[in-house]
Amino acid sequence: MLANNVKITPELVAEHGLKPDEYQRILDLIGREPTLTELGIFSAMWNEHCSYKSSKVHLRGLPTKAPWVIQGPGENAGVIDIGDGLACVFKMESHNHPSYIEPYQGAATGVGGILRDVFTMGARPIACLNALSFGAPDHPKTRHLVSGVVAGIGGYGNSFGVPTVAGSVRFHKRYDGNILVNAMAVGLAEKDKIFYAAASGVGMPIVYLGSKTGRDGIHGASMASAEFDDNSEEKRPTVQVGDPFSEKLLLEACLEIMAKDCVIAIQDMGAAGLTSSATEMGAKGNLGVTLDLDKVPCREEGMTAYEMMLSESQERMLMVLKPDKEKEAEAIFRKWGLDFAVVGETTPSMRFIVKHHGEVMADLPIKQLGDSAPEYKRPFVSLEKPAPVDAGVIEPPGSIADALERLIATPDLCSKRWVWEQYDHIIGGNTVQRPGGDAAVVRVLDGPKGLAMTTDVTPRYCEANPFEGGKQAVAECWRNLTAVGATPLAITDNLNFGNPERPEIMGQFVGCVRGIAEACKALDFPVVSGNVSLYNETNGKAILPTPSIGGVGVLADFKKSASIAFKKKGEAILVVGETTGWLGQSIYLREICAREEGAPPPVDLTEEKENGDFVRALILDGAVSAVHDVSDGGLLVAVAEMAMASGIGARLDAAPDDVPEHAYWFGEDQARYVVTVPAGEADALTARARDANVPVWRIGETAGATIAISGQRAIEVGELTERTERWLPSYMAGEG
Amino acid sequence: MKAAVLVFPGINRERDMARTLRLTSGHEPAMVWHAEHELPAGTDLVVVPGGFSYGDYLRCGAIAARSPVMDAVRKFAAKGGLVLGVCNGFQILCESGLLPGVLMRNENLRFICRDVFLKVERSDTPFTRGYNAGQVIRVPVAHGEGNYIADGETIARLEGEGRVIFRYSSPDGMIDPDWNHNGAINAIAGIVNDRGNVLGMMPHPENHVEAEIGSTDGRGLFAGLAEALKRAA
Repeated sequence: MLANNVKITPELVAEHGLKPDEYQRILDLIGREPTLTELGIFSAMWNEHCSYKSSKVHLRGLPTKAPWVIQGPGENAGVIDIGDGLACVFKMESHNHPSYIEPYQGAATGVGGILRDVFTMGARPIACLNALSFGAPDHPKTRHLVSGVVAGIGGYGNSFGVPTVAGSVRFHKRYDGNILVNAMAVGLAEKDKIFYAAASGVGMPIVYLGSKTGRDGIHGASMASAEFDDNSEEKRPTVQVGDPFSEKLLLEACLEIMAKDCVIAIQDMGAAGLTSSATEMGAKGNLGVTLDLDKVPCREEGMTAYEMMLSESQERMLMVLKPDKEKEAEAIFRKWGLDFAVVGETTPSMRFIVKHHGEVMADLPIKQLGDSAPEYKRPFVSLEKPAPVDAGVIEPPGSIADALERLIATPDLCSKRWVWEQYDHIIGGNTVQRPGGDAAVVRVLDGPKGLAMTTDVTPRYCEANPFEGGKQAVAECWRNLTAVGATPLAITDNLNFGNPERPEIMGQFVGCVRGIAEACKALDFPVVSGNVSLYNETNGKAILPTPSIGGVGVLADFKKSASIAFKKKGEAILVVGETTGWLGQSIYLREICAREEGAPPPVDLTEEKENGDFVRALILDGAVSAVHDVSDGGLLVAVAEMAMASGIGARLDAAPDDVPEHAYWFGEDQARYVVTVPAGEADALTARARDANVPVWRIGETAGATIAISGQRAIEVGELTERTERWLPSYMAGEG
Repeated sequence: MKAAVLVFPGINRERDMARTLRLTSGHEPAMVWHAEHELPAGTDLVVVPGGFSYGDYLRCGAIAARSPVMDAVRKFAAKGGLVLGVCNGFQILCESGLLPGVLMRNENLRFICRDVFLKVERSDTPFTRGYNAGQVIRVPVAHGEGNYIADGETIARLEGEGRVIFRYSSPDGMIDPDWNHNGAINAIAGIVNDRGNVLGMMPHPENHVEAEIGSTDGRGLFAGLAEALKRAA
């Protein structure tokens, strides 16, 4: 291993992912050549993943405040007030690169990391969600990646003991060499018992808790800040190994010492491990930190300072404890069989000092380590936006029935049961609405309050028009929460893009962020936490721009939540919102016509809000029996999903004359919902909609066991179910 | 009812179980740490809940079975005390010798979480007096290793002595491989020991005791136990 006093060469700087001008910045900042350990620390703190150096300037445009926001971005997770003295703590984070290299451990530690972010703040995790993007099904690695990622997410969450209640899975060739694994965790805490990272008080002991430090994950954050090439799999040793058992113990121990009021500050060791957590605690509290690495519990012998500072071993925490409670805290940790060691103290010096074997290995200004990180205003260009597609010139399918049968068995629209049955989605005994609906609903404690949650984004819209795509991702998330009857409160955003040094990628990023900001403002739906993942490229080919949005909403009474399944035969089916037959960027266009083109459907945020508020009021009044938002695949796919969820069919009127039939059934106009009401109440609902200035159309009624559009071949619901359920298991079994 | 719920490191359904016992019996159970050598005085039911005790490392339930508290449980069971093991609890009871057989990995080698149907084979046990024999209930499973197996002689004895209490079945009670999600031999979902006072089962009746959260099909087991204990007292 390298000694600490090696000559820092340009090659060594480059190996640490630092550009020459960034290295110059280091020299200017400390006025001398850094030690090797210091170089490692800078590389960990100044990489894209930790410093947000390309994105920060744009993220400032996101709305982050609302009366119910307790903590916005900048802490381990966002915190919102959900009433009755309770707070919801949540965040989404990516683990893309590790999951491609080693899918099981990459995905598992992604879940572990996000859970730690949530319970570090004093919250007990009550649900996990995810958003997964895989390459084309026929790509030779896809099956292996799906299998490993799903098993990893389940393996960690199931063992930790948190229900994984919702998520999304998509396939597209643009993710062939660079899959996306975005994991979200939601926790519950008492509003006045939230814990933060900022240390306070000089001479306070800094305590290391949890698992021992090993050589795994060294430079993980740097890896996440570079593109992939054909040799990326050689980076496997940088992927951490997860131990959900230790994390479960860490959770229980942390919550126990928090309840005993032992903790001043707490920070989990995630990306950039000990380096990032220690500097953050000091810098946020305007204090210096001195660490003595001889005290750090190590899994392996002979670890150098450099390795300890950069290790990303999992299930570790750093805390500042109240000195008089140290013994009590230690006893709790010992009871749970976890390591507990005082590894340093806070100082008045504003320096970050790392000692090992009595020698100073690093001595750096603590504030500037984070604050002086480079910040770039990278050039960006907006590519020309494709023109809208005229639905009239898009070829109609053989028949509407044939097209429906094909669409519901496509990789993006088929049932994802194969995935979510590998996740324990009921542990906790509070899962009111399980995976498969618009949003999951989880009871809060013993009720009656409930939380709704979902993850959404439509990358093909973002690619065609980043601004509209950004808006749409937020709007769809808001709509899904609304469709179960929840009041949407806030989001976490996980922004996955390609190489920001390319102006067209930066253009996608800027456009999407602006779109997100616009929708968040219009819908009163602030961003409280998030994560940026750039350099999602392999051999110069970028992923589709994928700003995953994770949203949380609240229901005063979980028993009032609506679900997608038809409830009864003979009820009226109505669609809320305008159907113009927008086929540009639709699943129909892609899957049936093999064309990925046109402008995506525009999102009118005023309409979105009016229609959504109308639907939510209907749900809370108990006026509707089933509700489903209309998204991928359009109106007929939405109706089919409601039928398949219940086994009850639908008799539907023919498409109106002024919209081409296939555009009417499969167009992806936004701000729409399908609802059902007892037949006798349909007129009253229509009148109510008129008063609210919301467009509502009666399109048919629930009936029999087939989907029967007037003038078309009827399709058995059972057969549709069979088709939608068959694709994924048969693909995974290698039959497809 | 004076129930004791065992807590091993890595157990994670103890809170679900405690809530269900409270809801169905009106009494708060004692939570008993694995390092204890005694059960609380007056304990009349021991529940070994689900989860991943010791991370399920080595073999599911193997480490927990050797915890100090399990000696107390063995003594309790030997005196005829009622013991219920669910999921990881079933695995722990098998590993600790209180029940025969083992739970192997699910036939498809994947973790499975879904509602399944169980045929209740007998109603004349303290665990199933809340059901009718032949009744079918819907309860969830959530396990990667629930595939029950034992040697031929043991299975023959279990069957011969009527010790198979729950079997995976179709919604109308047919025993059919299509409805046996983990491949357990003879579709076995739950068994009792020879004395009938120790029950181990893979599914989670404790997660189906409220109409708004799944269903109430699991309630009969706990209500029946409460009733049995009341009569015995």
